[in-house]
Amino acid sequence: MPPKQVKSKTAASLDRKRSKRGDGDDLTEMGDGTEQDDWMQAKTLVKPEDQLELSEAELKEEFTRILTANNPHAPQNIVRYSFKERQYKQTSSVDQLAVHFALDGNLLHKDSEEARKQFNRTGLAETKEAEPAEGAAEAAAAEEGAEEGAAEEGKEEGGDEEAATAEPTKAAGKEKKLTNQFNFSERASQTYNNPFRDRGTVTEPPPRASFSSNVTQWEIYDAYQEDFEKQEKSKEKKVIPGRKEEEKSKKKFQISETSSDDITRVETAAKIVERMVNQNTYDDIAQDFRYWEDVSDEFRDSEGTLLPLWKFSFEKAKKLAITSVCWSPKYCDLVAVSCGSYDFMKQGSGLIILWTMKNPSFPECFFETDSGVMCLDVHPQHPHWICAGFYDGSVAIFSAVDKREGAIHRCTAKNGKHTDPVWQVRWQKDDADNNMNFYSISSDGRICLWTILKNEMVYQDVIRLSLPDVSAEGPDGIKVATTGCGTAFDFHKQKDYLFLVGTEEGKVHICSKAYTSHFIDTIDAHNMAVYKVCWNRFHPKIFITCSADWTVKIWEMKDTMDKSESVDETRKPLFSFDLNNSVGDVAWAPYSSTVFAAVTSDGKAFVYDLNANKYEPLCEQMVAQKKKTKLTHVEFNPTYPIVVIGDDRGNVTSLKLSPNLRKMKAEKKGAPPVDEATKIQREIEKLEKILSMVRNQPTEATA
Amino acid sequence: MAEVTEDKKVDTDSKRVHTYPLIRHSDMNDEMKTEAMELCVTACEKFASNNENAAKMIKDTMDKKFGASWHAVVGEGYGFEITHEVKNLLYMFFGGNMAIILWKCS
Repeated sequence: MPPKQVKSKTAASLDRKRSKRGDGDDLTEMGDGTEQDDWMQAKTLVKPEDQLELSEAELKEEFTRILTANNPHAPQNIVRYSFKERQYKQTSSVDQLAVHFALDGNLLHKDSEEARKQFNRTGLAETKEAEPAEGAAEAAAAEEGAEEGAAEEGKEEGGDEEAATAEPTKAAGKEKKLTNQFNFSERASQTYNNPFRDRGTVTEPPPRASFSSNVTQWEIYDAYQEDFEKQEKSKEKKVIPGRKEEEKSKKKFQISETSSDDITRVETAAKIVERMVNQNTYDDIAQDFRYWEDVSDEFRDSEGTLLPLWKFSFEKAKKLAITSVCWSPKYCDLVAVSCGSYDFMKQGSGLIILWTMKNPSFPECFFETDSGVMCLDVHPQHPHWICAGFYDGSVAIFSAVDKREGAIHRCTAKNGKHTDPVWQVRWQKDDADNNMNFYSISSDGRICLWTILKNEMVYQDVIRLSLPDVSAEGPDGIKVATTGCGTAFDFHKQKDYLFLVGTEEGKVHICSKAYTSHFIDTIDAHNMAVYKVCWNRFHPKIFITCSADWTVKIWEMKDTMDKSESVDETRKPLFSFDLNNSVGDVAWAPYSSTVFAAVTSDGKAFVYDLNANKYEPLCEQMVAQKKKTKLTHVEFNPTYPIVVIGDDRGNVTSLKLSPNLRKMKAEKKGAPPVDEATKIQREIEKLEKILSMVRNQPTEATA
Repeated sequence: MAEVTEDKKVDTDSKRVHTYPLIRHSDMNDEMKTEAMELCVTACEKFASNNENAAKMIKDTMDKKFGASWHAVVGEGYGFEITHEVKNLLYMFFGGNMAIILWKCS
């Protein structure tokens, strides 16, 4: 729309010019035009050069021309075929219209219908806008004028008036000037480019490894074959130890299969670290173990103390009693203990634990068993073999080095299992075929020899403890031979065949492996069950017994020759000590022939040295922490001056013997060191000296 | 006679075809190993007659699951010497006659 208006405006101005140039009749516009022409360029008439120069007369001459509506170029003889008359005929009507030029314009006349419509539609707003603008301009001008008038008083008012009227018209003209919508202006600007900077870093490449192999059919075949064999083997293994264990081992197997990078690789390192930590934690105890000596011992003659060192307790053994203690013959810091229960009503699982003094916090190794372990023994030559007897009457051997869970061999009801708890087991020297063998004693009256062959364990009854003088009568009058109940035995240190058997009836039999049903000698030693019999470590004829009848007795084995002469005399012990409670265990010291230790059910430990005092213990000490705890077993360490004591709560306590408790025979200063044989000889002499005193007055000795 | 039958037994035993997947060498972690092994089995069963496709499938799937640049070789007889990223190697047998080596190296 605006361009149209513009064009119409220019057309108007052209008209005006024409009129000005022509007649000059439009006077009203003249004033305006001159004013406008002031700033416009002066117009010059441009004539074509070849225009005729005509005189006035010639110009005034009139030529008459008649214009007709006939087209001179129209054809006059148009012949067309007439379908009506079916012949060619000349048409009379000829089109006289000739079009020389046609142009479709987009201009509209301002006053035309169309233009008005368009004004109504869009132009309305414009005019409305324009009107207030005009008004504003006028008002502004008026104000200006007023101000000017105020500023320049006395000036020609008329001129001012003129200026004031001229200005609004100018302003209105400016306002009406419409912008050219096609008048674009392009603008561009350039921003600064940020400078570039290169920065690089190199990471370490992921670790790589090389691998190479060859694939051939035979390699694949071999691999499968090998794997298959492995599987077969593992299956076989699983089948042997019974179904429960099979499942267990299966699980274990799977675990070990799946986790290739398990802890075993760092096992040794972990063990060392564990021991280091323990060494730090238990440093004071270790110092005591090495260096502490009770100074007060020097000032009292025949008294000593026991210093508690490490206490070994294990979570799983909390509710079990220590049923036997055995030091490892090879590693002087290693002690094997068995855990079970002495209570007939509270039987359950058992444990075999190997403790080391280097690590009191956790066992070096342990085996869990389904039945209570009542006794064990560590093989003197092969210290990893452990034989054990169970409450259910079976015996088994374990290996501490194998990573196996359970027993290597265990007897069953089919091959010689005892029918009552096994109270003691003891390794013997390897037999003629170099097979390991051990003895077991049980309250079913049998003493069995177990020989370990390549993959089985065979048994042989060595002796049956029968009670010839008593025979029970069955319900229908049949005589049933009663058997004695063996509770303890010990083999002679020098004479292989000779051994002692303690029974529940309080008897002690001196037996030989050679006779299965005959005793060399029998002593009515105690009134109640004998808990332990033990040969003296030095003197070949002396042994000690302890019993539930509160006593510990020392006996001398008489030669068989004079047995017949003085039968009665053998019935009397050389020494008898009353400890005021059931004596669980007694043990000879390894360093002296006259020292022994005993533990009782009221939690006390006793240490005697016959050389120092024949009647009273050198030391009587409460060892158990809690009042009701019973002490069950005691054992001397073969090299260090310590004892371990087990109680019925699964704890094992190690105690150091004070100097008075381990007095050796005083050696003369400057004397050459004595060899083993003379040492033993001296010990025997020492004991013999005491014995000879006692033999003379046997009644006096029994305290 | 008894001997003969025993021999036969042994023969059949030795000729028994083992078809289960057997991991010959691997340093992958367990999770990845089982996944890769199952993938290899699936691929070899799917393309039993076309090792190329099987290898392609193994490679593509491993790329998707564990990141790019896996390589797989499936075949009955070949030799190889490869460099692989540590913890990304699986060498297994399958089907009694097929060997699959799968490794990552980018």
